[in-house]
Amino acid sequence: MKPAAFDFTAARSVDEALAVLSQYGDEAKVIAGGQTLGPMLNMRLLMPQVLLDINGIESLAGASRSDAGLRLGAATRQADLEDDPDLAASQPLVAAAIPYIAHRAIRNRGTVGGSLAHADPAAEWGALVHALDAELVITGADGTRSVAPEDFFVGILTTAVEPEELLVEVRLPAWPQGAGWSFVEFSRRHGDFALGGVACRLRLDAERRCMDVRLGLIGLGDTPQRARDAEDVLVGESAGPELWRAAAEAAARGIEPMTDLHASADYRRQLTRVLVADALAQAAERASPGVED
Amino acid sequence: MTERDDTRVIGRAVPRLEDPDLLRGAARFVDDVDCPGLLHAAVLRSAYAHGRLGSLDVSAARAMPGVAAVLTHEEIGGRLRPIPIRLCPDPALNDYLQRPLAADRVRYVGEPLALVVAESRARAEDAMGEIDYDIDPLPACTDAMAPPPAALFEQAPDNLAALDEQSFGDVAGAFAEADHVVRSRFESGRHSGIPMETRGLVADYDDDQQRLHIWGSTKVTHFNRGVLAAMLDWPEERIHLAQTEVGGGFGVRGEFYPEDFLVPFAALTLGRPVKWIEDRMEHLAATNHSRQQYYELELALRNDGRLLGLRARITNDMGAYLRTHGTIVPGLSAGMLPGPYRLDSYHCEARAVLTNKTPTGTYRAPGRFECNAARERLMDLAAAELGIDRVELRRRNLLTPADMPYERGTHILGEEVIYDSGDYPAALERALTLSDWQRRGARPASADGRRRRGLGLACFVEKTGKGPYEGARVRLEADGSVTVATGAASVGQGLQTCLAQIAAEVLGVAPGAVTVHHGDTDLIGYGVGTFASRATVMAGSAVQEAASELRRGLLEHAAARLGVPAERLALSRGGLRLDGAPRMSLAELMAGDGCDDNGPPPSEAEHRFELDHMTYSYGVTVAEVEVDVLTGAVRPRHVWIACDVGRVINPRIVAGQIEGGAAQGVGGALLEAFQYDEEGQLLTGSFQEYLLPTSCDVPPIAFELMEDTPSTLNPLGVKGWARSASPAWAARWPMRWPRRSATRSSRLRRCR
Repeated sequence: MKPAAFDFTAARSVDEALAVLSQYGDEAKVIAGGQTLGPMLNMRLLMPQVLLDINGIESLAGASRSDAGLRLGAATRQADLEDDPDLAASQPLVAAAIPYIAHRAIRNRGTVGGSLAHADPAAEWGALVHALDAELVITGADGTRSVAPEDFFVGILTTAVEPEELLVEVRLPAWPQGAGWSFVEFSRRHGDFALGGVACRLRLDAERRCMDVRLGLIGLGDTPQRARDAEDVLVGESAGPELWRAAAEAAARGIEPMTDLHASADYRRQLTRVLVADALAQAAERASPGVED
Repeated sequence: MTERDDTRVIGRAVPRLEDPDLLRGAARFVDDVDCPGLLHAAVLRSAYAHGRLGSLDVSAARAMPGVAAVLTHEEIGGRLRPIPIRLCPDPALNDYLQRPLAADRVRYVGEPLALVVAESRARAEDAMGEIDYDIDPLPACTDAMAPPPAALFEQAPDNLAALDEQSFGDVAGAFAEADHVVRSRFESGRHSGIPMETRGLVADYDDDQQRLHIWGSTKVTHFNRGVLAAMLDWPEERIHLAQTEVGGGFGVRGEFYPEDFLVPFAALTLGRPVKWIEDRMEHLAATNHSRQQYYELELALRNDGRLLGLRARITNDMGAYLRTHGTIVPGLSAGMLPGPYRLDSYHCEARAVLTNKTPTGTYRAPGRFECNAARERLMDLAAAELGIDRVELRRRNLLTPADMPYERGTHILGEEVIYDSGDYPAALERALTLSDWQRRGARPASADGRRRRGLGLACFVEKTGKGPYEGARVRLEADGSVTVATGAASVGQGLQTCLAQIAAEVLGVAPGAVTVHHGDTDLIGYGVGTFASRATVMAGSAVQEAASELRRGLLEHAAARLGVPAERLALSRGGLRLDGAPRMSLAELMAGDGCDDNGPPPSEAEHRFELDHMTYSYGVTVAEVEVDVLTGAVRPRHVWIACDVGRVINPRIVAGQIEGGAAQGVGGALLEAFQYDEEGQLLTGSFQEYLLPTSCDVPPIAFELMEDTPSTLNPLGVKGWARSASPAWAARWPMRWPRRSATRSSRLRRCR
């Protein structure tokens, strides 16, 4: 379990990084925290010609907060975000989800952008960007573009980021006043990739009818996904267990889960029913009915 | 505190002598061994489960810069001899042994095909990628219970390597007169010991000494030296196996594996030192698996719950070859299945079936993890069938102290099973009290009915302290310090501390004044090793006897020198005492005054402790688990264990064994399982698939150590615990029962 030989280059700016990527294309691999890439190199599942280190690019590191929301540099460490004392107030859903991301030792090195760019279908950020209506900012030689989550995830471990491009930023809109949230997931052990997980953000009007519901699912298909069928069931309807059950049923119908060693597709469908209903109940409890932006 | 109290060191939670080095990073593991000119090896392993090996083209790999050698069956030829069975060898089993490299046939994914030696491990792996080989595939046998699609060996068309039968009493009569017969089938998953440190070897041939030095072999160094000497046609004296620190054994590490021949052979062939460190993916495919057994059981009972007869058929999936443990694991199951209960009659057929999977061996409580689980589950089923409370059914059938010593009527490891001592009903009552069984059992389900709780309970007997012998040499140095040498091996279990405590108690010194050398073939010429929870029983008794002999000699010498009766002298607090008062230090005693005809004081004694019969520890485990009936999630909430391990040398070390065993129990019951597809591909090839319990998965563990029944078979009264996993399986399997008692819809995994 030793990697094949590779060249190593550390970029100090996004332009330098793009220059390397345009030269090597597929033959280059970007390394930030290396929490997935490291093992893949050791197991020789990947044998790139060049490893491009972006840890030294200052503009990619850290978060900045404004009225518009939270901008996360792609190389922001999960642990730095976790330790941000204002996170729970400004982005409660992110704060709720981070403890589920592997283990602290991995969060110390792992980055937000690295997780998203790797696009494991069960990675927590996949659910978060859907539920938070995030924008993913990609830069290449031809300029910078902003992509919605539903366009970002293309397939298993595949994203809209081209080999010559770099994911540079994740933009999370400001948290809507009065919104409720929840993050639930199920794994056989704490810290493992989830067999299924749900991120939920919703608001309730003064009559406790659901508004602005967003549900992000992970581990339940080839990519993280938005449970639009379930959202359609919910909007305008009165909060309560019966509605949750109906929405969860719609979510379970709307997915094509995989069978693997740890869970069958049928089990994952059942899990979807449970997790979506749990997530909705929790989020509704945290919402402040009738509070508008 | 009286003087007597604070000089007692046996039974005290002495801090482990091993820990300062381990905690400071100063301990030396096999990968820390470095030699000038060191080369690195990697093993090319078959990617196919079953087939005929065609061409094996290593020319491109050999030609690569930095590659020193690629060894295949063609180079090694006639020296690729079968690796012999260590425990209970039987010529009838020799057809199924593994050779270090496959020559014409591969039988499991991971079977070694070639050894690549290069300037670095990475280079060796580069070269492995350049080796081409052809396998003409044969159907893979992956289910030991199904008719085999192919034979692994011509000698066994049905893949049945061995059949062992054990019986006592009139089984047919028992079933004829039974009021009830309870039938059931059980299956245990395929597991392995997963030590933190994988296997590894460094071999270095010393031209000047004409000796081969090997680091990294553990557990049974003297036996392994003999095997290697025979395979190399070398005298044993020219092979030196030295032990390093070890990051866990659990039974799987330290047996003679293919690499234990290949790496020394490469070092000899190349005239340069060679290191091989197993990586984790190799470990999961190459190191012994264990525990895949199938039980078909029938229990005959009388209306009052009396156990009249037990019929059992046990099928053990052995994997592709018989390794150093031969067929002892199914044999252990057959011999220990009756457990702690009175049973009128018994018949058991234990089948060792070959399959195209990683070969198997022993892993923590081999054979008993499986058979105890099956028996205890059967007892629960019988209780339900008879309408008797499951605790009451056990109470009615447990053997009592009046039955001891008890001839079980079965045999294991070539000896009769005789329980030496024990109060099994007391252990049951203590476990019930410890777990507050009555109150917990009555606890209702959670308010919404989604999370339900249940209790499981298991009674077990555990065999420990396997003979035939172990030796120790105890030496009092000129400075008053003590040195102990033994052939038993440390696998990280605290052996040094325990042996130091025993020597310290006898010689009246502090444990820290004792240095323990172990597992080095140059330090002591013989040794059996560390397995079967034997090290403290066997080596500990040898140390006790040797140290006692040395003490007698020292006191006689001192009595003559001082002209006083020996009865007035004692060794205590690091010195010689006369009538309880300090008289001289041990260093002064050893220096002698040279003024009499007394001669020098004795400085050394050696004892070889021999034992015909094992000693049996026992206990009862209770577990409480919670089941989420919507997701099926099972969460262990608490484990309670009452066990009697005989006399306790160091309670802190025993606690570590119990807690570790329970943690592995949680893993085996809920998480761990090697899985193969129909083509014999290992699906659980990394820690992403083979799930170990983490600290988040292990519930609080409470235990009570009973010292009610010291063993009568050794001078210390100890029973094994050093590697005993008694609590492991017991904790493991009760986990499963409540899944049923808590929720009718969740089904146990059973064979059909």
